[in-house]
Amino acid sequence: MAARLMDEQRKSQILTALENQDTTITFDALENDMVINMGPQHPATHGVLRLLVRLDGETVVAAVPELGYLHRGYEKIAENGTYHEFIPHTDRLDYLSPISNNVAYVLAIEKLCGMDVPRRAQFIRVMVSEMSRIASHLVALGSMAMDVGALTVLLWTFREREKIVDIYDVLCGARFTTSYARIGGLQQDWTPQCTEMLEKFLSEFAGNVRDVERLLTTNKIFIDRCENVGRLSADDLISMGVTGPLLRAAGIPRDLRRDVPYLVYPELDFEVITLQEGDALARFYVRLAEMKESAKILRQVIDKLPSGPFRTDQPKKVLPTKEGTYTKMEELIHDFMLINIGIDPPVGQVYHAVESSKGELGFYVVSDGTGQPWRLKIRSPSTCNLSALGAMLKGAMISDIVAIIGSVDPVMGEADK
Amino acid sequence: MNERILEKLRAQLPAAVVGHEEFRGDFSVFIRKQDIVAVSKFLKDDPDLAFTMAIDVTAVDYYLPADRFEVVYHLYSLKNKKYLRLRVKVDEQDAEIPSVTGVWSSANWHERETYDMFGITFTGHPDLRRFYMPEEFEYFPLRKDFPLMGIPDSIPLPRR
Repeated sequence: MAARLMDEQRKSQILTALENQDTTITFDALENDMVINMGPQHPATHGVLRLLVRLDGETVVAAVPELGYLHRGYEKIAENGTYHEFIPHTDRLDYLSPISNNVAYVLAIEKLCGMDVPRRAQFIRVMVSEMSRIASHLVALGSMAMDVGALTVLLWTFREREKIVDIYDVLCGARFTTSYARIGGLQQDWTPQCTEMLEKFLSEFAGNVRDVERLLTTNKIFIDRCENVGRLSADDLISMGVTGPLLRAAGIPRDLRRDVPYLVYPELDFEVITLQEGDALARFYVRLAEMKESAKILRQVIDKLPSGPFRTDQPKKVLPTKEGTYTKMEELIHDFMLINIGIDPPVGQVYHAVESSKGELGFYVVSDGTGQPWRLKIRSPSTCNLSALGAMLKGAMISDIVAIIGSVDPVMGEADK
Repeated sequence: MNERILEKLRAQLPAAVVGHEEFRGDFSVFIRKQDIVAVSKFLKDDPDLAFTMAIDVTAVDYYLPADRFEVVYHLYSLKNKKYLRLRVKVDEQDAEIPSVTGVWSSANWHERETYDMFGITFTGHPDLRRFYMPEEFEYFPLRKDFPLMGIPDSIPLPRR
């Protein structure tokens, strides 16, 4: 409304000048604010993120992210299906690291049931989680570099990510929609072929990531575009509930793998990477260093991987093997009951969070003792990180918007649920 | 730690704590509705507890005649590396609760989402509008009486 009034004022100003044949009139085209709509279909917004931006010239006065363009109602779907039925839906949350979402979800259900998982399964879960962290960070780095104009990096990081996706393919038969974890274990066992592929990937990874690093960290354009951009203080980030690499890039060493340990992370040696700057460049460096730490974890897990079962023996909660279902009466009955009625969890509620590649991915499960969750809340890191986007964009230049979005690395499948 | 939280809360705000529960290591404290902002402020500002992060705010629809909803807050203390869950009963007839956006700004979007999905009004919220659903949508999808398939024509299609 105010903008329209201002337009009318300006028009009448031009009109009177025209009528008076006054050619000396000048006005500042930038004196007025302009509201533009960036997205939901914009190549640099990483999916269907819509940003309402108020501009003063090229400076952002205010920015409001609008969500919901990919809202599929997963929390409602979860309430209307069994616990097992929701596993495939977790792939579609953060679709850049599906396999770690599977693990995060089943960990929450296992906490609800008070279930212990064999050590082999735990190691494999750590392995796939770290693989997906590398894959997700590779996309984050590549697309961030592409947003500020360095296209080559995207091709290089996607080439590396492709190798991880190929391992997923051998491991569980799907490249992206993995659905790999199961309550009480895993869908399939880790195979020597996967170890071989992973070792080959790791042997090449160090050199390849060094290439990416050299291409960007000595690149003046990239540094200038990212340095001092989107900076927020650690206190602001904490208050806004921001987690993951964004918080660590501002000097807060919050990593749930270390702070609230789960799986076998306490037995593994890794560093929690922190930097002090808190700008887009620091987030880039944190992600880069975290990938190397993940590679370090992967090497340790390959060495320590124990043999043994990859599923718990709790027939009322854990799906039987396919061979068992086809050949044994008991297993067939249990399979039928688990698929149709679901597991038998206790009454209660739990919250379990993991450190996903974006930040704290938590599942809050309320059980009424039946096979379907009464309520399942997904605490998605992308939503919470995006809530700080408005504050980060304030005062930035319009060309910084894409660099800042790239540094936040939101995935809309997770942000919109 | 859990006892210390309870003791401190009981000492500071004796009437606020209605009960507590521990399940699988998760500690929940039941809080009276009108005290939620005071409790939040205390938990955040107390230097020993220091629950500086509101990780999540959501609600559960228990579909009961009285106290139908429960608003659930997940807090995290960076200092103690500890989670805490606050639970507040909210009746359907009086589906209002004071907003804690003034204490943790992360609650802003979580409360908007809860309003969008359950129709619980957070009084004092600076920008309480729909979060995922369109602004003209009249229903609250995560209430238990909202059908899974949706309500036909609830989102009008644009006319030609």
